[in-house]
Amino acid sequence: MESLSNKKKVLEQKPLNLAERMYLPAIVKGLGTTMSHFFKKSSTIRYPEQVREFSINWRGMHSLKRDEEGRERCTACGLCALSCPAEAITMIAAERKPEEKALYREEKYAAVYEINMLRCIFCGLCEEACPKEAIYLDGPIVPSDYLRKDFIYGKDKLVEAPLEAK
Amino acid sequence: MGTSVFYFVATLSIIFSLMVIFSKNPIHSVLYLILTFFTFTVHYVLLNAQFLAVVNFIVYMGAIMVLFLFVLMLLNLNKENEPNKSALVKILGVIAGGCLLVTLVGSFKAVSINSPLVLQNPNLGLVKNLGKELFGPFMLPFELSSILLLTAMVGAVLLTKKEEKANG
Amino acid sequence: MDINFVIEKFALVTILFSISLVIAMYSTYAERKVAAFLQDRLGPDRAGPFGILQPLADGLKMFMKEEIIPSNASKWLFMVGPGLAMLCACIGTAVIPWGQDLNINGRVVPLQVTDINVGVLYLFGVVSLGVYGVMIGGWASNNKYSLLSAIRAASQNISYEVAMGLSIIALLLMTNTLSLKEIVAQQHGWHWNVIYQPLGFIIFMVCSFAETNRAPFDLPECETELIGGYHTEYSSMKLGFYLFAEYINMFVSSAVMATLYFGGYNYPWMDTVAGHVSPNVAALIGTVVLFAKIFAFIFFFMWVRWTIPRFRYDQLMNLGWKALIPLAIANIIITGIVIAVVNKF
Repeated sequence: MESLSNKKKVLEQKPLNLAERMYLPAIVKGLGTTMSHFFKKSSTIRYPEQVREFSINWRGMHSLKRDEEGRERCTACGLCALSCPAEAITMIAAERKPEEKALYREEKYAAVYEINMLRCIFCGLCEEACPKEAIYLDGPIVPSDYLRKDFIYGKDKLVEAPLEAK
Repeated sequence: MGTSVFYFVATLSIIFSLMVIFSKNPIHSVLYLILTFFTFTVHYVLLNAQFLAVVNFIVYMGAIMVLFLFVLMLLNLNKENEPNKSALVKILGVIAGGCLLVTLVGSFKAVSINSPLVLQNPNLGLVKNLGKELFGPFMLPFELSSILLLTAMVGAVLLTKKEEKANG
Repeated sequence: MDINFVIEKFALVTILFSISLVIAMYSTYAERKVAAFLQDRLGPDRAGPFGILQPLADGLKMFMKEEIIPSNASKWLFMVGPGLAMLCACIGTAVIPWGQDLNINGRVVPLQVTDINVGVLYLFGVVSLGVYGVMIGGWASNNKYSLLSAIRAASQNISYEVAMGLSIIALLLMTNTLSLKEIVAQQHGWHWNVIYQPLGFIIFMVCSFAETNRAPFDLPECETELIGGYHTEYSSMKLGFYLFAEYINMFVSSAVMATLYFGGYNYPWMDTVAGHVSPNVAALIGTVVLFAKIFAFIFFFMWVRWTIPRFRYDQLMNLGWKALIPLAIANIIITGIVIAVVNKF
């Protein structure tokens, strides 16, 4: 059929001539190519010691953020859980007690916040849905594990480390 | 020491050649045949015929027996698909084998064991001497046998060639 | 029999066996390193500095693995296969002259296990016997892939043996001897046979690639078509034996190529060097030179493996029967004519 795009390239297949049938010139050329690679710098990154930099739009493990005073930003509104297409996020909300003012920014907070990393598809919709800028997918690769229950990450693994006292 | 080695190897060759006949599995049979040829190689070495020994090693053990094994592996012979041989074939086989035995015994009787052949030149089996013999006094038979082999080779190649007409 | 003679040969055989085993061990490491460097990678570098303990780790792994014998396999032959492959690989080193004679306390100690006057043919015999390891193992596995691979190995080895034999006949026309010791002695200094027999050398080299089942002729173990080839069903150290035998074969055929065509322990200006040091040291330098040549060939084997894709089976057979054998015969005729002309004048 006639090509519409005119991009089709017809390869001509002719029988090999004598020099080509001797194989040797082509083999020597190939050997030269591989030998040139012998002296090139290897592109290996020795992973556990060296970590390759992630690109700026990389989405990795979630982290629950704190504000500038070190209080958890999450108010357990459930928008992230609602927006999650994989239904990986669950949470239980609780009311803040007066003495906990330094811990939580809003009056309502997430007492339990769990993400099932086996369900998560790292789409970033939770990040977009969050009105409090509390969740970001800015962590590293989620490490492997042996049991399914160990992939359900609670607040102990998700919440950012508290600010250091200055 | 030479004689005892000879008797040991000779016993081995007889045992292995009997195993060739008596083993049920054709592959095992061929493997025993290879061992038999190996003992023959040792016999040649004992006779100081190094060239013959090595050629027996390369050609018989290394090439011909590989082809035997090759064909048998492809055929996949086993007990189930062995064709039933009729009684007539069996009787004919016994008669033919008996005839061979009688001929062999007769010929051995003709060659008296009491006067063994002694070579004038014990180093005849070395490559140089053997070559001089083959290309000197035995030139004509040697070349004739090479022509025979060539004919066989051409015939074999012809058999494998497809006929042009059959392809149409 | 002289007791010293026995000790000397026994020591030599032990040393040769351990050297070939160590070289085979480190060939696996070298192969992975060379492959890595040719592909801009690093290769194994975790076990020990630069990964030099990797072969030990691999060997330990091989020993620790579970040993599986398929229930329908022919058990006895299944075990004979790898052993035979290993045996045939090892005995090839016996006739190679590893250096000039040493002189220890007035005793002349040749660095060659035995100098039989049909040494070249002995090597051929060993090579042709090597295929039995593969064939028996492949058949005994009772697996169709192994069987196909065994058959491929057999036909490939027989085909290339013919070309190999013919290529070496031209060499023998020149050397007039079948003893490897004399062939090496004739190549004193830089009179290496490869200078007089370049075509013969190329044919011999291509054939030795095929005989050792190395890429691009590794059809008996070609993964895409035959899973693992003849060692599909093998596990544990039996598999290790097959893999090891391949590397020992590579070592032996490198040694044979270095001996037959690249002057063995000879090197240019060896007489000048020999004038300055004692004879024993000179002989040992020759041995070191021989090993340098062998390592160069082993590297070449690996370099080719990571460059050239595998041949197709019909291409392999065409190359063997329609290209190499006619070339080898032409080489014999030309060599014969040249020798006749040179002798005449």
